[in-house]
Amino acid sequence: MKFGVIVFPGSNCDDDMVYALQGLGQEAIKLWHKDTSLQNCDCVVLPGGFSYGDYLRTGAIARFSPIMETVSQFAAQGGYVIGVCNGFQILAEAGLVPGVLLRNTNQKYVCKNIYLKPYQTNTLLTQGLQTDKAYKIPIAHGEGRYYAKPEVIKELKKNGQILFSYCNAEGQITEEANPNGSMENIAGVCNATKNVFGMMPHPERAANSLLGNTDGKFILQSIFQMANA
Amino acid sequence: METPTVETAKKLGLLPEEFDKINEILGRTPNFTELSIYSVMWSEHCSYKNSIVWLKKLPKESPRMLAKAGEENAGLVDIGDGLACCFKIESHNHPSAIEPYQGAATGVGGINRDIFTMGARPIAQLNSLRFGNLQLDKTRWLMRGVVKGIGDYGNAFGVPTVGGELHFDDCYNNNPLVNAFSAGIVEVGKVAKAISKGVGNPVFIVGSATGKDGIHGATFASEDISEKSTAKLPAVQVGDPFQEKLLLEATLEIINSGAVVGIQDMGAAGIICSTSEMSAKGEHGMEVWLDKVPTRQPNMKPFEILLSESQERMLIVVEKGKEEVIRKIFDKWDLNCEQIGVVTDTQRLHFYQNGELVADVPAETLVLGGGAPVYHREYKEPSYYAAYKKFDITTIKDCKKDLYFPDWDKVREVAKFLLAHPNICSRRWVYEQYDSMVGTANTSTNQPSDAAVVNVRGTDKHIVISVDCNSRYVKADPEIGTQIAVSEAARNVVCSGGEPVAITNNLNFGNPYNTEVYWQFVHAILGMKKACEAFGTPVTGGNVSFYNQSTPKNTPTSVEQAVNPTPTIGMLGLLEGIDKKMTLDFKAAGDMIYMIGVHRNDINCSEYLYSYHGVKQSPVPSFDLDEEVKLQRVLLEAIQTGLITSAHDVSDGGLFTTLAESAMPRKMGFDIHFDEGTILKHFRIDALLFGESQSRVVVSVKPEKSQQFSDFLRTHNQLFDYLGTVTADGNFVINGNIITSASEISGVYEESLGKVMG
Repeated sequence: MKFGVIVFPGSNCDDDMVYALQGLGQEAIKLWHKDTSLQNCDCVVLPGGFSYGDYLRTGAIARFSPIMETVSQFAAQGGYVIGVCNGFQILAEAGLVPGVLLRNTNQKYVCKNIYLKPYQTNTLLTQGLQTDKAYKIPIAHGEGRYYAKPEVIKELKKNGQILFSYCNAEGQITEEANPNGSMENIAGVCNATKNVFGMMPHPERAANSLLGNTDGKFILQSIFQMANA
Repeated sequence: METPTVETAKKLGLLPEEFDKINEILGRTPNFTELSIYSVMWSEHCSYKNSIVWLKKLPKESPRMLAKAGEENAGLVDIGDGLACCFKIESHNHPSAIEPYQGAATGVGGINRDIFTMGARPIAQLNSLRFGNLQLDKTRWLMRGVVKGIGDYGNAFGVPTVGGELHFDDCYNNNPLVNAFSAGIVEVGKVAKAISKGVGNPVFIVGSATGKDGIHGATFASEDISEKSTAKLPAVQVGDPFQEKLLLEATLEIINSGAVVGIQDMGAAGIICSTSEMSAKGEHGMEVWLDKVPTRQPNMKPFEILLSESQERMLIVVEKGKEEVIRKIFDKWDLNCEQIGVVTDTQRLHFYQNGELVADVPAETLVLGGGAPVYHREYKEPSYYAAYKKFDITTIKDCKKDLYFPDWDKVREVAKFLLAHPNICSRRWVYEQYDSMVGTANTSTNQPSDAAVVNVRGTDKHIVISVDCNSRYVKADPEIGTQIAVSEAARNVVCSGGEPVAITNNLNFGNPYNTEVYWQFVHAILGMKKACEAFGTPVTGGNVSFYNQSTPKNTPTSVEQAVNPTPTIGMLGLLEGIDKKMTLDFKAAGDMIYMIGVHRNDINCSEYLYSYHGVKQSPVPSFDLDEEVKLQRVLLEAIQTGLITSAHDVSDGGLFTTLAESAMPRKMGFDIHFDEGTILKHFRIDALLFGESQSRVVVSVKPEKSQQFSDFLRTHNQLFDYLGTVTADGNFVINGNIITSASEISGVYEESLGKVMG
């Protein structure tokens, strides 16, 4: 599977994503935000970071980068698009996934390991996962509080568009396990056609035994395992 | 404009004799722009005029050194296989004292620019912070601002903050210390130099536009903080981490393009500093057209453009004919890139504004090692030094019921007091606001060790880094205290499996014109010299920050108004092979706990004595440099041989704190025993558990390796004591008494700081 990781000005997890995907034996290249070609990638990744310095609003400026028009068309045709952290914020601003990301309830940026579990396993990102397992994955954001109108949340549940929920180490979805005040502990969602995905936690930061945590591998592997199946 | 007089010079922070010297150099009276130039370049911050005599005594040599102290923007150390590590620490104390958020943010920006201006990509940052009494609103305001400033800047810049230190003491109430450290990696042979040469080569300014922020910032940093300091708010710079991130990528691209002759970031003293230092080093001159400099507002005066410390800018001398290469790269990153001048053979700097010559100065007369003044300051032993030595331990009641029986309730009380104390408790409230994981190379987030262990991507090499200084020890005895600071930094590196290689230092002191402050400085340098020689770790550079004191109006400066002398040590170590990394946490029940080193009847300068008993005056803790060096050698070999499973040094809070910190990560317990007939008979229980005598490390060893371990230590004549075992129940047990448990104390330890800070 060929991955294209978009570099926006201010992206800073682009290298880490490319490195993690290559480490799992995948082809991964960088795409420049001023270009418009996706270079025949099978899956486009919008990485974490602070595109345009998070100025105005997280993701608000990057969504107007030239490449985003191509990404929208690619998504409309069923192409796979994944946004992690700032990438999720950009996708939400672009309206490619439902909901918005607000400032964390405690008003502080937070970087730590959290646990999450998949809501279901019928999407590209969750196909290879177990719904009864808590995966330890790092978060690092100041604006990660997922919000959508109650009727939208209802719709997401009905369509199986919730990808992950924050939980504790035992897999229980509790208020204490919610690191940012997200509605219903939501850590990631996808669009209705289940080809555009956004998540706040960073699987690419937990994909190398050197770092003492490889739970993120399961999520990344899920992507190409299903695609290859 | 009127011709400046000696009064103008004094207002700009120059001494009358310095004004005379400028007249002599120029052969005429300087105009205001020129006088401004000399005032910043000859400020302590840029010229090191009051410190350089002593800094020169520090060891600089080692086979690994590729750039020695003072030669480049940061020290450069060969780490093998064609790679080098570039690292440095720098202070931003004065700006942080009046505008903590921007002060700290721009400190982070500045230190990182020092690294990537050399062509190195920063891979890890640390910081060393000191604040006043945490009960004061002002302290919490400063700390919130500083931590947020560091976080917002460093997180967006995209380099992980992997460690640091945080200390509270009343002496920092008005003078917080904010020292930022960064380390980067560069291929040997691809290092960019801060030099200007080649007549006719174009000179570019790139990055942010120049504004009126930070004018006279270097001068501001070269005086005491007073009630007038907030009026100097415009001397504080404003940071933009987004611009810095773009500047990083663009800078590394242009250095790789081969079109660059020389490059230097603009930090203190802005354009004038970069143009003069690069020209002096290259023994060339420069003609600069100030009207070409992109500015944030119209009608900026020449001295404002020259002295502005606007952030995220670089000065680049480009090989003539390759201008387009540079322009294309900066255009890609949407950054300013303007030619503002040309290299000449005059060795003078000629600054023009709209065709008019506004300043004409010989480059070499401005810089350290050139014409900048050098002073030998007087110094004398402060009276407190002898007073501290009079401390008598018998005046402190031990945690004993009577002569023989420990008072375990008292031990419990002190243990909990210390683990909740702001100087000892978990730094979680701070470090969770920093991105510690970006770059996916910091191995210490999930597997904590005494120093941060960061992988050099694509290799099995790791840099092992720590910043350390217990300034209370340094105040009690500057020479020994500084030896301890170097030793603790090295010990942290060794406890993580690394081999100490070199240091950078951040020398934070009071007013150098105070003879007692200067005595502290001189003796700190002497201690550092001795310790660095003993460890074979040369000083690669760093930063001197004087004037960290608050002097009320119309009072003479005194050593008691100064912050504790705080020579922060940033230690770089190397670790080949992640399997040789050592972590600090107890791993499994049944593992045997040893303390390498010896017990001593010493509670000098301990947090226990200082905070629990409120005794502020005591001598430095027991320390012997030879003993320390030997301990570290033996320990490193033991780690490399695979004899031990955890290592954590005994430092602030003493042995009990160390044991607790090793036990808490995995919620393990420990069951230790001090022999009643020997240990408890000879040593005070408070000294055993809470004393801070040096050169001690707690290790855990698999039972099957214990024989080999003790044989190994005996062979090397290294003293040690078997303490007990790691247990699964989480209880902290001493001589059969449960003092507390991992689950009980973890909450206190982890949450103490957050409770105060909110």
